[in-house]
Amino acid sequence: MAKKFLSGNEAFAYGVRLARPQVISAYPITPQTIVVEKLSEFVEDGSLNAEFIHVESEHSALSCAIGASSVGARAFTATSSQGLLYMAECLPYAAGGRFPIVMMNANRSTALPWNIYGDQRDSISQLDSGWIQAYAGNAQEALDLALMSFYIAEHSEVSTPFMANLDGFVLTHTYEIVDVPTQEQADAFLPGYETENKLDLQNPRNLAFSAGPDTNTFFKYKEHLGILNASEIIDKAEERFAEIFGRRYSGLTESYQTEDAEYILITLGSISGLVREAVDKLRAEGKRVGLLRLRYLRPFPNEEIANAVKNANALAVLEKDISFGNEGTAYTNVNSALQKAGIELPTSNYIGGLGGKNR
Amino acid sequence: MAINAKTISETELFYGHKACAGCGGSLAVRIALKVLGENAVAVLPAGCMSAVGFNFPQLCFGNNAIISTFAGTASMLTGVEAGLRAQGITDFHAVGFAGDGGTADIGLQALSGAIDRNDDILYICYDNEAYMNTGIQKSSLTPFGARTTTTPAGKNIRGNLRPKKNLFEIVAAHGIPYAATASVGYLNDFMRKVEKAKQIKGTKYIHILAPCPTGWGVKTDETVEIAKEVVDCGLWYLAEYENGDFTLNHRPKEFSDVSAYLRRQSRFKHLTDVDIEIITRSRDKKWEFINQNFK
Amino acid sequence: MKPFLRDFVPTSYKDIPDATAYEAGYLVTKNAGWRNIRPVIDNTKCVGCLNCYLYCPDGVIFREGSKINIDYDFCKGCGICSKICKPGAIKMEAEK
Repeated sequence: MAKKFLSGNEAFAYGVRLARPQVISAYPITPQTIVVEKLSEFVEDGSLNAEFIHVESEHSALSCAIGASSVGARAFTATSSQGLLYMAECLPYAAGGRFPIVMMNANRSTALPWNIYGDQRDSISQLDSGWIQAYAGNAQEALDLALMSFYIAEHSEVSTPFMANLDGFVLTHTYEIVDVPTQEQADAFLPGYETENKLDLQNPRNLAFSAGPDTNTFFKYKEHLGILNASEIIDKAEERFAEIFGRRYSGLTESYQTEDAEYILITLGSISGLVREAVDKLRAEGKRVGLLRLRYLRPFPNEEIANAVKNANALAVLEKDISFGNEGTAYTNVNSALQKAGIELPTSNYIGGLGGKNR
Repeated sequence: MAINAKTISETELFYGHKACAGCGGSLAVRIALKVLGENAVAVLPAGCMSAVGFNFPQLCFGNNAIISTFAGTASMLTGVEAGLRAQGITDFHAVGFAGDGGTADIGLQALSGAIDRNDDILYICYDNEAYMNTGIQKSSLTPFGARTTTTPAGKNIRGNLRPKKNLFEIVAAHGIPYAATASVGYLNDFMRKVEKAKQIKGTKYIHILAPCPTGWGVKTDETVEIAKEVVDCGLWYLAEYENGDFTLNHRPKEFSDVSAYLRRQSRFKHLTDVDIEIITRSRDKKWEFINQNFK
Repeated sequence: MKPFLRDFVPTSYKDIPDATAYEAGYLVTKNAGWRNIRPVIDNTKCVGCLNCYLYCPDGVIFREGSKINIDYDFCKGCGICSKICKPGAIKMEAEK
């Protein structure tokens, strides 16, 4: 391992390089650009042997990645905000086709009004597209997530595309000391991509076909099971990761001081670093508070949330998105988890950080 | 040896499909795949040919084939080609088959991007001059005067007001290694062009006129005849673009009657003599250009 | 070689694939029912030009030794073969 001073974008790019993708297709958009610039440099200097495709739009970026995945190649792309929305047609397409593409999304506000700063309305608007959605908390996690995302997405029981979200600027452009694993370690962690779900010259197939009313629900149910299976495979990936790299992650959620907490704040993304400090401060004042960070929104950590909050007196959800006309989407999902577990608890929703507002 | 009915592979790779009887598009796809062979990896966007060929469990492509998004024929082809190459596989032909709407309208940006990158792919546009799969709506390759369900011919407007987009020359303007026009009425010419494209590295584009009996309003047995006639009357032409030069492949000795070609199709039934005069004049202008600029 | 009819029709949950990927050229239904008229070949008039075979949108005309034959399972009866046949060796006849 080597310690490097890296931004979130750069850390993610290092993680992607370690995963040895065969095809990278990307179109530039602030604040994602640095990850694809870095990967271009890796291709140029020979440290990454991948086809780097300069597509002419985000729709083509993901369509091209789907094409690469459809022949069994490991494919990566990255986007943000308007770009994610422009490629939106391809999101459920990749998920329905069970193509385990990995995409980094630099969370950014969506127009109008125009704004390049970070909030999570872009990715959360695509929550139902069938992709796994992870939210990194810091640059180290971003790198580790990049490597793990391929393992999880490509696992035969999952076969589901993976969207790794990094808060725009706050995480993508902030520098931290990051451990960069060696290629040998990464190779020991991540096997090559093997699948039957591909166009194959030895065994020709027809892919991405139509399925009428008789079988359509079956295909959709299988897709649903694939992303549900990801919960278990995420644990498996993290266990394997801890053995090789010595860093341990905690599955779909991360708890901080929740065991005896009377009040729990649930949030996601890089703001949790700040919340952690707030928890420490309040704890020092004798207040029993805790933080539950949602590391994944899909699959959704229903049980993990119920377990973490069952002894609390109240909880709140702080999120950088809003489902207009209703409430924060994370909040809706959290309440659903409580209801299914039979937990009755006062809950409240705080929406902040829209368009990068941080005070 | 020239490729013709007697020398072409007997293997059928597009078979059992649900295209309308007499479909020109399916004929173009069938013949192109016979020329390209079993190692063709085909990408087809949402459209007629994917709708008729991929209804699980009725899967009509004998070779590797995949449906792309409507706009994504060329971008998916790029990914397929790069993905195979990245795995060290080289013995294949990445080929796309998209209709006129999928090519000249919604797919034009991705096609332009692929040509710009000079990706090693063959893109075949089967042009039936409207969105036939959705029920005959106007595309930018619908010719002037044609009645479609979105360009109805009534008292105020007589069908499509705009001329057919000149996609062949738009594609050529990219400086593409190879581009050609063709017609399902002249399959020997088409087969030669596919065979030629097969040998060329980089992006190749073939634009084949493929009549749709349903949308054009002709009998199912007239597809090939009318695809010949459109060339013979000069409203379509067989040409190639290679190394920066345009070449005309077939020069009718004298043009057959434009009005006969138009009037036999119900999509043009409403045209007046004045309309036909406009169409004839625009044909003559086009041929002036061809005579000056094509070899 | 061409896609051909299979007996097994995968439509149940356990029989369908996990992803939208299946064996190429897998046919489970015929197109014969579409036809009102059928092409009938008179091989004594056939000159073997193979234009009918070449121009068939469905590829259902094939060579059998020195003769031409038709796969009536998939012929839709469009009549292009009959129209293109210069010696008039293919006649369209009403389906009974």
